[in-house]
Amino acid sequence: MSRDTTARLHIDWTRCDGHGSCAELLPGLLGVDDFGYPVARSGERDPAVPRRDRDAAQHAVRNCPVMALRLYRVDHSGTRR
Amino acid sequence: MTPHVTGPLTSALWDLGRGTGVVALAMFTLSLVLGIVARSGRRVPGLGRFGISDLHRTAALTGTGLIVLHVATLLLDPFAQLRLVDLLVPFLATYRPLWLGLGTLAVDLLVVVTAASLLRHRIGPKLFRAVHWATYALWPMALLHALRAGTNSGDLWFRGLAVVCVASVVTAAAWRLAPSFAERGWSRRTRRTA
Amino acid sequence: MTSARRLLQDQDRHGPLPALRLDALLDAVSESGLTGRGGGGFPTATKVRAVASRPRKPVVVGNGLEGEPLSSKDAVLLGHNPHLVLDGLDVVARALRARRAVLAVGADLDPGPVVEAARGRRIEVVTVEGGFVAGQESALVNQLDGRPPVPSDPFTRVTESGIGGRPTLVLNVETLAHLALVVRHGAEWFRQVGTRDEPGTSLFTISGAVRRPGVVEVPRGTSIREVLAPAEPDPSSAVLVGGYHGAWVTDLDVPLTARGLKPFRAAVGAGVLHVLGAGVCPLVFAAEVVDYLAGESAAQCGPCLNGLPHLAGLLHRLASGDRDPALPAETSRMARLVTGRGACAHPDGSARFVASTLAVFAEHVGAHLQGWCPSETRSAAS
Repeated sequence: MSRDTTARLHIDWTRCDGHGSCAELLPGLLGVDDFGYPVARSGERDPAVPRRDRDAAQHAVRNCPVMALRLYRVDHSGTRR
Repeated sequence: MTPHVTGPLTSALWDLGRGTGVVALAMFTLSLVLGIVARSGRRVPGLGRFGISDLHRTAALTGTGLIVLHVATLLLDPFAQLRLVDLLVPFLATYRPLWLGLGTLAVDLLVVVTAASLLRHRIGPKLFRAVHWATYALWPMALLHALRAGTNSGDLWFRGLAVVCVASVVTAAAWRLAPSFAERGWSRRTRRTA
Repeated sequence: MTSARRLLQDQDRHGPLPALRLDALLDAVSESGLTGRGGGGFPTATKVRAVASRPRKPVVVGNGLEGEPLSSKDAVLLGHNPHLVLDGLDVVARALRARRAVLAVGADLDPGPVVEAARGRRIEVVTVEGGFVAGQESALVNQLDGRPPVPSDPFTRVTESGIGGRPTLVLNVETLAHLALVVRHGAEWFRQVGTRDEPGTSLFTISGAVRRPGVVEVPRGTSIREVLAPAEPDPSSAVLVGGYHGAWVTDLDVPLTARGLKPFRAAVGAGVLHVLGAGVCPLVFAAEVVDYLAGESAAQCGPCLNGLPHLAGLLHRLASGDRDPALPAETSRMARLVTGRGACAHPDGSARFVASTLAVFAEHVGAHLQGWCPSETRSAAS
């Protein structure tokens, strides 16, 4: 398990309802698919969040009406917020 | 434990007490309407969906802050004869107990709703949503309290404001119940929740 | 190949398995190179270690649900040799000092032999309901914990928190059976058959255009042709490896290993081999499979719930003679769109199957777009 300190955005698909605020706040990171659900432009499952988008990402996490988002970082032992 | 204040300070407290209450009512009305717009998933040009959510939250928090002031000033104001117990337990006041009591209930609900909102990432979406439904009870209580316990019901400006508030909420609620409300305005498969 | 009949040998109780301490168990399992036989192919020792490293006493679950319609190896194993599976569950539960040991079986299985074999053991045999997705690790854990049988967000792994909030180890029943044999006969013995990277034997379910469908046990690394031989297959252009979430393989001499299957983007998975009959149109077959997969969606995640029916629709159009030249590209796009965007691998597996169908049968697709079908009949016989 490699140590990867990039911040990543995780979407809980069981909660996501395709509201779309996240894609509005992070247009470089997320698009919207045919059905209204967010798509990571990089194709990653949990897209990496560059430093300049950190604030917008935190805004998106707070703003999601169904709390489907979380930001996390991986440390050497496991995951952490 | 009411401080002995008289004269212009009392009058100022009284004005502040009523003023904060009135503006809070307007804020909660705005928040409720925006909440329904947010739920509809419609995009509002210029604001975006995230903007609607942000405004909804800001209006609610502003209203809550104003209620804190509203209650604090009325506690301090000897004219209002408000006691600490009246904040928690409704219908015990000597002045218009029923209508004031609704205010008490509204404050109690507001505390619960606000707590749930601030802790929503801990309690999860299901519990949060369940508690949030209480806002539909909170608003009418606040309105009735303002109309009947407040002392400005006779004033034209207040009546005008009340009419605007009621009209907006009734319109928004009617839209919410209409079939055309369907989230996002277009159909897609309904997810299984719970 | 008598050395290969390890799990499917006649029932033979050697008496209780030695109770191993955790470190001894981990050593043996790790040495043996045993990997999961439920489809994931994950190294078993790693999984056990993950659960062992948590502070709370875990729950161990034997997964015999077998939601894949083309697979019956777990049912055959449980009917034939339930003691072996229960031995495996027992030894792991003891080594981990598990709070509970549960063997979950599907409603289709006759629980009689299993319940009988479980008498006197500290193992609960539970019949669970389920379709395709109910056998997924977190879905099974949820059902056993009294919640709806649908997957959870994988951010919190079941090895961290599962049944009753405890770290939960879910192992396929075939994996448990192999584990019991490793404990009894040792890691070196286990490695006597199979390949260096993929040791031991595996159960395969053979279906489709074969005279004698059923379950066989062979050393890992055997070629598809050799595995299919006893089933007497019809001559065929392609074999579906891995079930409805699998991929088509056209070279039957390829060994059934990760490396051998890689060019076809296939994996051994849960050991399902389905032979495509000569008269069966692969596009009609695929459309019906994706119909089924769409219906089995847990309906929690937007991309899967909406995307799979869309995929099914596109395949039906291709299968029924719609000549729109944009169809293959649109189908590929939709397959890519649903991949990685759900709480479980259901959309990913479905997309893999579709992508494989389009790639392997590209000429067939081309023919359909020109208005004719190379297969003799249009019925999807299974």
